[in-house]
Amino acid sequence: MSPWTIFAIAAGGMLLGIGAGYWLPPHGRLALRERPRPVRHILLPFSGQQISRRAFEAAVRLAKAEDAMIMPAFLATVPMNLPIDSALPLQCARGMPLLEAIEQRASSQGVAVDSRVGRGRSARDALRKLIEAESFDRIIVSAEEDSGAGLGYEDLRWLLERVPAEILILRPAPEDTRRISGGAVSGHF
Amino acid sequence: MSSPVQGRGCLKVFIGMAAGVGKTYRMLQEGHAELRAGRDVVIGLLETHGRAETGQVAEGLEVIPRNGVVYRGATMKEMDVAAIISRAPGLCLIDELAHSNVPGSANSKRYEDVEQILDAGIDVLSTVNVQHLESLNDHITELSGVRVRETIPDAVLGRADEVVLIDLTPEALLDRLRAGKVYPAERVDAALNNFFRIENLSALREVALRLLAEEVGSKRLTTELMGSREESLAADAPQAVGERLLALIQPDPGAQRLVRRAWRSAQRLGAELDLLWVRPPGRSLSDEQERSLAALGQLASVLGARMVEEESDDLAAAIREVAARRGTTYILLGYSPPPRGLGRLRVPLPQRLMELLPGVDVRIVADRSRRSNGDAP
Repeated sequence: MSPWTIFAIAAGGMLLGIGAGYWLPPHGRLALRERPRPVRHILLPFSGQQISRRAFEAAVRLAKAEDAMIMPAFLATVPMNLPIDSALPLQCARGMPLLEAIEQRASSQGVAVDSRVGRGRSARDALRKLIEAESFDRIIVSAEEDSGAGLGYEDLRWLLERVPAEILILRPAPEDTRRISGGAVSGHF
Repeated sequence: MSSPVQGRGCLKVFIGMAAGVGKTYRMLQEGHAELRAGRDVVIGLLETHGRAETGQVAEGLEVIPRNGVVYRGATMKEMDVAAIISRAPGLCLIDELAHSNVPGSANSKRYEDVEQILDAGIDVLSTVNVQHLESLNDHITELSGVRVRETIPDAVLGRADEVVLIDLTPEALLDRLRAGKVYPAERVDAALNNFFRIENLSALREVALRLLAEEVGSKRLTTELMGSREESLAADAPQAVGERLLALIQPDPGAQRLVRRAWRSAQRLGAELDLLWVRPPGRSLSDEQERSLAALGQLASVLGARMVEEESDDLAAAIREVAARRGTTYILLGYSPPPRGLGRLRVPLPQRLMELLPGVDVRIVADRSRRSNGDAP
């Protein structure tokens, strides 16, 4: 064989190797077949300074089972005497540590998190706007929050009537007093 | 006081956290001191609000009578600017700088009257509360639940030759209020239940102290740079007073955490926060990324941060340009995985930023969930 033939065979072999390297897992056609479905989102809205541990744990369980992403959403309410697009540093001082705590807990359990902030004249108004703007598959809310602190029973009824998604409302459990609050943030925040 | 503008009077403003801290009292005391020193001092406008001790300390100072302005059939009394300019004193005392004049007056705002008087070469002492500053109005409304309608542009205070903070502890102010030294007895209970709550006053005091610290810092920077060989540098000096943070974001879920951290740091430093996204030219975003970007915009708005979007294929250069423009002192960026392949040959972004922006702190924000055990209380 001439040197040119040897060179051609070697070059062909190299090209074949590069092609196989691309098309075989993890980058190639097999991987394409296994490409994950669009990520499902589980909305976890809250407006107080803490959320029910049961609601959080339910969200984590479902997210793990469905390979979904949790979307914790802090609902900030704008007083009537302020423009609707006002900055709300005081409410954020309460809500941001809680978002951080939820994100840290969920991430440490292997669940992806994509946080949101909603803003409206009331918690329901903020949630309505958030629902209009975002895409999600399920909402988890706890029915034990009193209406002064967040979503009350009227709001839950509104959710059931108006929101075209699966809604998981956790029944009140007076014996369960466990909460997640901004105080649970690991490290300084 | 001496004005840097030839022929223009000097403005000295006494600022306080709330009514009753003693701004007017102090202004009148200084008026007396100037009078004793031989200056021609008049009171252009005084609001005693029925406070006896304020009225007493005003005695002995000439008062320019107010001017009658007819509004809806009633005659209202406003400061007589023409009479003050005509009288041409050396120093004029004018209370309540943020006051809105009765419609039909020559100027709609008292600070505009004061500008006219200053232009006539007359020095002015005046008073204002911190919640009347436009930039702080929304913030203080949220703090206190009370919106103040009469505001002044921050530039008015910025142009003042001297700003003096009249400080009082919230406890001492509440004692004065209960003793009837601020409002008449029948208004005390309402005041205590509304605006004059200890948490409100503490927050307002913090705002006032911080404002004055920034004012002092600003004046010091200007004084150091003006009139020297560094004068040319003054034009390039950052406009920001104190710290200004810049957080680098991308339209992905991790950016939310970075923004929260940056905002918290900004709160602690009393700093402004900017968010910067450098969009590669011609790059279109997926629906998910568009939603992430919108969510970041919403977060920025709620937090009171400013979002900046630049298009560039040179990330470091774009950051340098924005940091210089915004007067950034502190840059925050998220953790990036180690580079692979040819990327290893590139200088990492934090190092490039430190080279491009000497004097600017660079912080890499950690992902704390990586060290969390998930069992926090």
